[in-house]
Amino acid sequence: MSDLIEFQHVSFSYHQSEEDAEPIPVLHEVNLSIKKGEFVAVLGHNGSGKSTLAKHINAILQPTEGVVYVDHIDTRDDELVFDIRQHVGMVFQNPDNQIVATIVEEDVAFALENLGVPPKEIRRRVDDALKDVGMFAYREHAPHQLSGGQKQRVAIAGIIAMNPDCIVLDEPTAMLDPKGRREVLNTIERLNKEYQTTVILITHFMDEAVRADRVVVVDEGRVLMDDVPKAVFVQVERLKEIGLDVPQVTELAYELRKAGVAFAPDVLTVEEFTEEFKRIMEA
Amino acid sequence: MLSDITIGQFFPGKSIVHRLDPRAKILLVIAFIILLFVVRNPVSFVLIGIFLAVIYIVAKIPARAIWRGVKPILPLILFTSILNLFFVDGEPLVKWWIFKITAEGISVAVLMAVRIVCLIIGSLLLTYTTSPIALTDAIERLLKPLKVIRFPVHEMAMMMTIALRFIPTLLEETDKIMSAQKARGADLETGSIIRRAKALIPILIPLFVSAFRRAEDLALAMECRCYRGGEGRTRMKQLHFSHLDGISAVATGVVFVAAVLLDVFLPKII
Ligand SMILES: Nc1ncnc2c1ncn2[C@@H]1O[C@H](COP(=O)(O)OP(=O)(O)O)[C@@H](O)[C@H]1O
Ligand SMILES: [Mg+2]
Repeated sequence: MSDLIEFQHVSFSYHQSEEDAEPIPVLHEVNLSIKKGEFVAVLGHNGSGKSTLAKHINAILQPTEGVVYVDHIDTRDDELVFDIRQHVGMVFQNPDNQIVATIVEEDVAFALENLGVPPKEIRRRVDDALKDVGMFAYREHAPHQLSGGQKQRVAIAGIIAMNPDCIVLDEPTAMLDPKGRREVLNTIERLNKEYQTTVILITHFMDEAVRADRVVVVDEGRVLMDDVPKAVFVQVERLKEIGLDVPQVTELAYELRKAGVAFAPDVLTVEEFTEEFKRIMEA
Repeated sequence: MLSDITIGQFFPGKSIVHRLDPRAKILLVIAFIILLFVVRNPVSFVLIGIFLAVIYIVAKIPARAIWRGVKPILPLILFTSILNLFFVDGEPLVKWWIFKITAEGISVAVLMAVRIVCLIIGSLLLTYTTSPIALTDAIERLLKPLKVIRFPVHEMAMMMTIALRFIPTLLEETDKIMSAQKARGADLETGSIIRRAKALIPILIPLFVSAFRRAEDLALAMECRCYRGGEGRTRMKQLHFSHLDGISAVATGVVFVAAVLLDVFLPKII
């Protein structure tokens, strides 16, 4: 499999609108490559540069230094910006602030209308996208009649209608209740498994990160760790140092080990924990 | 609850009137307004009245909706009628000091009042039977020729859509902020007008801050979805004139022509 997204020595600073103000450096020497079909979780505390990193993937921001390639296209190529945005869709935190139209299906059609797709084809792709996220029955509702999780699924439908290779989700569940979170995460996971859509999920929730193929930990604009979930979460102390949590069961296993129980360090889910617990009790 | 305020005055339905192409409806309403100012004959107005009544019945719009629409402009009607009543020249019927009432005055006053009422009732029909979104769409398409003179047709329609989209969201937010401020002891209901206006400031400021943040987020989301203005944009829902539109236009046309003919051939009152 070839790399879909490639960051090479990317640094980025925000330039203030005032002339003499110092630029604010946010990303430092980021190297990252993501393959087609991967499910990558990005972790990092507030202000560590996760959103800034995400905005580089669809050419909303361009690197101050270094290069970002999306499907071998350099994001600094202004002519191809819309090609890149078609390849990489983005879903944001606040479900209310990313829905443009007053009817669900019209909102899902928005990107396709912008791209000049013929009406019949838009209709077909909108219906497909709505079915994929399980919101087809709500196609004629007004957005404000929907729950947070439903709105977020509509936003996802608006992106997958473009048939992107990759979806970047910037804390999509941060404002949702547990039910909404579950709905959204299941939708994301299904897109990744069934359609091999590459998923980049920025999140604060460790139980979400555990479900990814790979976890990237960002701290102060640098990539600190980049590995499979098990390899990342066993480093409990290092994660705590940079202000991150680990899944609750992992923490419990860590405490048990500290207390002298020969517990495996890499349990990430409740099921794994119970298995391990049984093993120890039997031994 | 603030969010109970209905947006626009749309009565959803499936009647013939609802199903007409919104562009056709706008054009017919414009023709109707012109007609109102062409005819001056009471018989024509009776015909127009019957015509409106029939459409309201077909569209199943409740009668109180008509009253609700006309009520706010009653003072205006009263005012123009009084002006017409006293200041139209002619043979005085009654005379008192500098005031006189003439037969002409009475007819003009009545005519103007009837015209304004018909105008309101007729145009309300448009907003009662057409969703705001369909209206926006129709306006965008009807005004398209104005692009030639660089009138920002698409931008205007986009702004209207976004406004419609965010009105419920912002109303809900206002509600929340009001509750939050009340919980902190803000008193919004008592005191002089000035005091109450001042009490609104702690509600408006957070509302504005949040509205700007929303605007920023929305702009970013639109950019991510390849928005680049109206150039090269297609629409999922196309508007098509159907037989229904043609038949309605002809039927309306017959009524309008009849009203004008009656006006031409019947003896003039004014
Ligand atoms: N538009 C901007 N202008 C200036 N500084 C910004 C802007 N956006 C973010 N920053 C700064 O960049 C840093 C990283 O922000 P962000 O990428 O949003 O972090 P995260 O998403 O991980 O919370 C923060 O210190 C923030 O203050
Ligand atoms: Mg962020």
